[in-house]
Amino acid sequence: MSAADRTPSERVDVCVVGAGPAGGIVAHSLADRGHDVVVLEAGPRVPLAERLERMERHQRPAHDWTDVWGMDGERDAYSSTGDVDYPLNRTRIKGVGGTTLHWIGYTPRFHPKDFEMGTRYGLGTDWPIAYDDLRPYYAEAESELGVAGAEDNPFAPPREEPFPMEAFPPSHSDSILGAACEELDIEVHSVPQARNSEAYDGRSACVGYGTCHPVCPSGAKYDGSVHIRKAESEGARVVDRAPVQRLEHDSEGERVEAAVYATPDGTEHRQEARQFVVACGAIETPRLLLLSQSEQYPDGLANSSGAVGRYLMDHLLYLVTGRLMEPTEQHQVGFSTSVTHQFYDHEEATPGSFFVGFLNYAGPSPVEAALDDGGWGDDLTAAVERSYGGHIGTEALVEQLPNPNSRVTLDPDETDDHGNPVPQIHWTVGDHGRTTAEKAIEVQRDILDEAGARVDYATPADDPLSGSHPMGTTRMGDDPAESVVDRRLRTHDLENLSIASSGVFPTGGAMNPTLTIVALSLKAAEHIHDDL
Amino acid sequence: MELTRRDAVAALAAIGVGGGVVYGATELREGRGPGESGETPTSADDTGALLETTVALAEIIYPPEVTETESFVRTFVSGRIEDDDARREAMVDAADALDADARSEHGASFRELEPEEGDALLETLGMSQVDPNPEGDERQRIRYYLVNELLYGLMRSPKGGQLVGIENPPGYPGGLDAYQQGPE
Ligand SMILES: Cc1cc2nc3c(=O)[nH]c(=O)nc-3n(C[C@H](O)[C@H](O)[C@H](O)COP(=O)(O)OP(=O)(O)OC[C@H]3O[C@@H](n4cnc5c(N)ncnc54)[C@H](O)[C@@H]3O)c2cc1C
Ligand code: SF4
Repeated sequence: MSAADRTPSERVDVCVVGAGPAGGIVAHSLADRGHDVVVLEAGPRVPLAERLERMERHQRPAHDWTDVWGMDGERDAYSSTGDVDYPLNRTRIKGVGGTTLHWIGYTPRFHPKDFEMGTRYGLGTDWPIAYDDLRPYYAEAESELGVAGAEDNPFAPPREEPFPMEAFPPSHSDSILGAACEELDIEVHSVPQARNSEAYDGRSACVGYGTCHPVCPSGAKYDGSVHIRKAESEGARVVDRAPVQRLEHDSEGERVEAAVYATPDGTEHRQEARQFVVACGAIETPRLLLLSQSEQYPDGLANSSGAVGRYLMDHLLYLVTGRLMEPTEQHQVGFSTSVTHQFYDHEEATPGSFFVGFLNYAGPSPVEAALDDGGWGDDLTAAVERSYGGHIGTEALVEQLPNPNSRVTLDPDETDDHGNPVPQIHWTVGDHGRTTAEKAIEVQRDILDEAGARVDYATPADDPLSGSHPMGTTRMGDDPAESVVDRRLRTHDLENLSIASSGVFPTGGAMNPTLTIVALSLKAAEHIHDDL
Repeated sequence: MELTRRDAVAALAAIGVGGGVVYGATELREGRGPGESGETPTSADDTGALLETTVALAEIIYPPEVTETESFVRTFVSGRIEDDDARREAMVDAADALDADARSEHGASFRELEPEEGDALLETLGMSQVDPNPEGDERQRIRYYLVNELLYGLMRSPKGGQLVGIENPPGYPGGLDAYQQGPE
């Protein structure tokens, strides 16, 4: 089958919508078990060979951040109406590999408390599954992605097996902030990450390009295209530039019959399948369900609870940065090597969970500094030294609680390149998040103060940055009146429709979500296999 | 700090150009443009002129700490345009534009100017304030395709990193030791 053939296959076992890590893992897992799988992906394939050029786009002024992966056109239009702006197109990528083409790659497990917020604190709700249920899938996810890590984190949940690869050693600037933390009785440890500290799974070891986020030219950083390639080698078919417009159900409204997708030549096709998995991320997944409204389901598919699109959460991101009078050796790798989870498992309900990580890429890079400055010759070295030297920084990811009014809906006024209403994002922060943020920022400031740095920037508590981790918009639960999918990740309303996404998280904790997304995707694939 | 042809090959390899096979300046001057074996002398001439222009420009814009820039620039620029006709054309156009400015201000092409004259011309053109833009006006394209192109080549190479005391600048795959070590 040629790569450019975008006509549908004959009714297949499984149709997966979205080729990010969630879709890739489900597709591979099911193709590997012998099922006939088609993946429909809205964005293009991005050959590894193009990545250096994309890195250059990132490094040279004249190109916007969103140019690197071609986001922000009419295809990607959206509106943001919440108390805090949601910069959607900086938080996602459309392409084979999905948003992980651009992620940093930290892969902590959620802590047990994240599954029990209702019981432990009377906040949010419990997950229908516990840490122990997910634990074997976590181990499998770590091995699929290739996680480098160490068992030096006294606050991490229990695990039986070592990480697949050794952790990355701490950086020079970690030693500066680590010493400060020692004075403050804050325990610091390594960061598990889906990045090769040695050659793994046919991919190279990290070679230190230092541009991981937004692009790793070497392939040492895991991204979702890895499992798409593996799925293809197990016989799955992947159709790129094929955005699904809607899902169509049978006359009883019990099963999805087809995914209707558009192709670049302007035609629409129907892919039929026995099972469907929507893996479009936590914004486009609810949007697709809402776009799939029918006479029988006027409020959108799988939405009898009314929860589709609601409970939008993200991790609130706070940066506190400063300058030291000494060199801090930033920007020689593009990822962090030390964090602290000491403040994660709290006694009182609020302030809630957060963690603090140390940046290895604080301040402008020397390349940016040289190309941005405008000067040359004599002036150049001084200008670069002035803007590059002495930066140091921390970031905190902070938990927020689910709120039904924080949500994704269809914008009544604006349509995309196919005439579909664009997603309207109404993101709210909430008191729990704000109070937790105040505590996090205090810890971040204390660390920089103790290190002798002059703080030059702190994100305000009530105006967080998006952690680029949207969650909660198709929540999982046992009660069909309150949730969209059950503990098997299948929608309550349609018997052959599953969701693989952080959209299913009932609460979001403060840990980076992707390892949990992958663990749940493996679980979903197992249940779909049983059904087939 | 001396720049060498080897530094340029390293810089190119980092950007994914050439498995070390990079056209030498002589081949280009003699009319054998990259991949063309002398078949289209005009473009080889253009390329030769472009190389001369970039060598003259680097002399002015590279910090005084870096010396012996010629072979670095020739190798770097040749490698960048070897398999990239669009970049070659855009760079040649930008160099032509710079030459036209040089002629109207100083009566000679840019590569024939004294470094002080070249420096003054860049100032006159407002190069320090111009936003680089590959699709912009003439001055913006000069900034993007010539000035920033050369600065990019330098700053993402280890020698460029050394200017500010780091061994492994972003964009250069210099391994995993440098980030762990403190300043020397
Ligand atoms: C800057 C940044 C840094 C990050 N760092 C981390 C990190 O360190 N750790 C971590 O855990 N997470 C991180 N993330 C988040 C991480 O990238 C996501 O959690 C992860 O990619 C989600 O996987 P997914 O497969 O669910 O969705 P995505 O990766 O978003 O993939 C969804 C895919 O579905 C496709 N799609 C959407 N709609 C349709 C449609 N209608 N039809 C067909 N296809 C469709 C999209 O084009 C896309 O390719 C980061 C994100 C960003 C932006
Ligand atoms: S530092 Fe980042 S970009 Fe460079 S090879 Fe390692 S993972 Fe990839």
